[in-house]
Amino acid sequence: MNNQAKTPRVPDEVGVPDPFQYMHPVLKANYGNWDWHDRPRPGVLRHVSKSGDVIYTVRAGTQRQMDVFTVRKLCDIGDQYADGHVRFTTRSNIEYMVADESKVASLIEALEEAGFPVGGTGASVSMISHTQGWLHCDIPGTDASGVVKGLMDMLHKEFVQEKMPNRLRITTSCCQINCGGQGDIAVNVQYTKPPKINHDLVANVCERPAVVARCPVAAIRPAMVNGKPSLEVDEKKCICCGACYPPCPPMQINGDDSTKIAIWVGGKHSNARSKPTFHKLAVANLPNNAPHWPEVQDVVRRIVKAYKSDAQHWERMGEWIDRIGWKRFFEMTDLAFTKHHLETWTGARNTMNMSAHLHF
Amino acid sequence: MKDHDETGEGRMIHPTPQLDQLEDGPWPSFVTGLKRLRDEGAPNNQKMMNDLLGQLNHSYENRLGYWKGGTVSVFGYGGGIIPRFSEVAEKFPESKEFHTLRVMPPAGFHYTTDILRKLCDIWERHGSGLIAFHGQSGDIMFQGCTTENTQKAFDELNEIGFDLGGAGPALRTAMSCVGHARCEQSCYDEVRAHRTIINKLLDEMHRPSLPYKFKFKFSGCANDCVNAIHRADFAVIGTWRDGIKINQEKVKEHIKEKGRRYTTDTVLKMCPTRAISLNDDDTLEIDNKSCVRCMHCINVMTKALSPGDDRGISIMVGGKRALKIGDLMGIMVVPFMKLETDEDFEKLEDFAERLVEFFADNALEHERIGEAIDRIGLPAFLEAMEIEPDPNMVNHPRTSCYVRTDDFDEEAAKWFERQAAETAAE
Repeated sequence: MNNQAKTPRVPDEVGVPDPFQYMHPVLKANYGNWDWHDRPRPGVLRHVSKSGDVIYTVRAGTQRQMDVFTVRKLCDIGDQYADGHVRFTTRSNIEYMVADESKVASLIEALEEAGFPVGGTGASVSMISHTQGWLHCDIPGTDASGVVKGLMDMLHKEFVQEKMPNRLRITTSCCQINCGGQGDIAVNVQYTKPPKINHDLVANVCERPAVVARCPVAAIRPAMVNGKPSLEVDEKKCICCGACYPPCPPMQINGDDSTKIAIWVGGKHSNARSKPTFHKLAVANLPNNAPHWPEVQDVVRRIVKAYKSDAQHWERMGEWIDRIGWKRFFEMTDLAFTKHHLETWTGARNTMNMSAHLHF
Repeated sequence: MKDHDETGEGRMIHPTPQLDQLEDGPWPSFVTGLKRLRDEGAPNNQKMMNDLLGQLNHSYENRLGYWKGGTVSVFGYGGGIIPRFSEVAEKFPESKEFHTLRVMPPAGFHYTTDILRKLCDIWERHGSGLIAFHGQSGDIMFQGCTTENTQKAFDELNEIGFDLGGAGPALRTAMSCVGHARCEQSCYDEVRAHRTIINKLLDEMHRPSLPYKFKFKFSGCANDCVNAIHRADFAVIGTWRDGIKINQEKVKEHIKEKGRRYTTDTVLKMCPTRAISLNDDDTLEIDNKSCVRCMHCINVMTKALSPGDDRGISIMVGGKRALKIGDLMGIMVVPFMKLETDEDFEKLEDFAERLVEFFADNALEHERIGEAIDRIGLPAFLEAMEIEPDPNMVNHPRTSCYVRTDDFDEEAAKWFERQAAETAAE
């Protein structure tokens, strides 16, 4: 080894890469100059520029967690049919831009043949935005890719066609931090038991004041346990949120049976029609039943079916429920309404019905 | 369990009965991809992926995760690597270190196949061969790297123009929608806004020293395709001040194709402020003073309607998820700002810088900006940021009488002065 190899390389702080070097030439030439778009078929967008240029976009689903072989296969398809340019959507779908309309059909065929479903546009169920889970996260209560694989297998048909009332966006999250975000349907871990504390490790691993400060309900306090400085949890106050677990891994929040799954509905990012909304609890305490999570799939299937059959065109999940009322939602999905559906957090009163408006 | 140092013949493959069940079905299977790396990948990928699959299957069986964090970084940076050390390394030694490099993608997620192949080659050499496009923060996630190889992988990625993203209490990787590149609804140059702000504040990303995470997201219109209002501390949303542009011929074509009843049900009735009328001759009339720029009618009639010409941005601050005080959406703090000239972009850059500075100076440890604003109250925040109150910031004025108002007249005078100044400027 020479001296040069021992000298650390100083990083070139380039920041966010300039996308124009990678952008499809038609996109680059018409940057900021688009006129209108439509969707000739599910999975395909046609954008027309004020210059008259036209670009077709073919969208396909991926597994997000991709091996280099899969990425190279997607690149081969891009080289053959899409001038060597691609982009990804926020939901990990890949998009190929095609200037030549005659290439669209063969591109679709190539993608489908390689196992990438073409769809995810318009009033469809797009790819589930999800988190890392057991594959990589340090605090997960479940897997993400596995839950998503099962759900997307089940909803595949709704990905490749546009037959929902409006777009249906599903998210999953492996802990209550909810990195998967808000969704029309959100499938999230819900812990049900207070953390189990390994008192032998707390003093060495955890910055105790920081852990105490992290608790949303002030249920954690410093304590001496077996002669060692540790932490204790007031289990009557504890809301089992898991916030103490990341800064203090000896406070294990997950259990093979106590980690459950809750399903939430009616979250919406867009401002179209109604203002953005948070998702609301539909059902809790579903088992964390790998590798297929059949109980989760069953509830999602029922919610999707009710929404599809009853919502009006362009109504999102939350807007549909707003119209028909929560009573009817619980009836149609055959889910229970319990005391746990009543908000108890800050601002709870604002979620109550302070009117004589009723649904029967 | 056997050590896996030797490869080739006699190589033991962990059984993965749980994961094997996730290979059927029409959706692309991540398990099939992982197995391919195990069976056909580069030798280093094969070894790592065999044990990774073993550990993952172990998680599926026991319904528990087995990774713990730690500290790994590259020379010159304090963040951007997510360290993962296995808690079951004695069983699965080859994936005992399985760190992720968070790498910022080009704004708008554009790639050539050529650059994607280069990224794959680097990751095949130094990592596991597993890449996520993209993580929830918008990073390319190069997953599965030993501590030793982290620097090598980063150096090569950096040589071809890529840089680490954010992690920990720092400025995080931002996201922007496809926007100007392929969307007629886009109201500002998202790429420029994204790159201007993040590249200016890069030091806050690479050397984490903020109270907690800080995220920017850039959506070209109120459809908010990158979920900025929910998920960003600083959301930039495109909007316009003048009227929606109407092509009446296209309106007539739309009605002819879809029908009058459908148009009434899906456009008129769904307008949140009842601002649209359908004329007897199948043309539309929009009361733009009542329009809230929600984008719905434009989404339905993509050929007939489009955002106005006087375009710009709104800025919303404070979006985040549950931890610690509960979910918050961003609140409107800058209803409108032009974003066309160099000066406009400088103004935005300056505002972003001041806001992050305010966050650094005033938020408590592990407190997001939205929580800090809740704690100190919006008036104190606006005063610090030198923003005047505006009716667009609220759903309605206060309903509680518990407020001291003895300087109300002075405040009212300021309002009328501002109104007069704005009228004079127009």
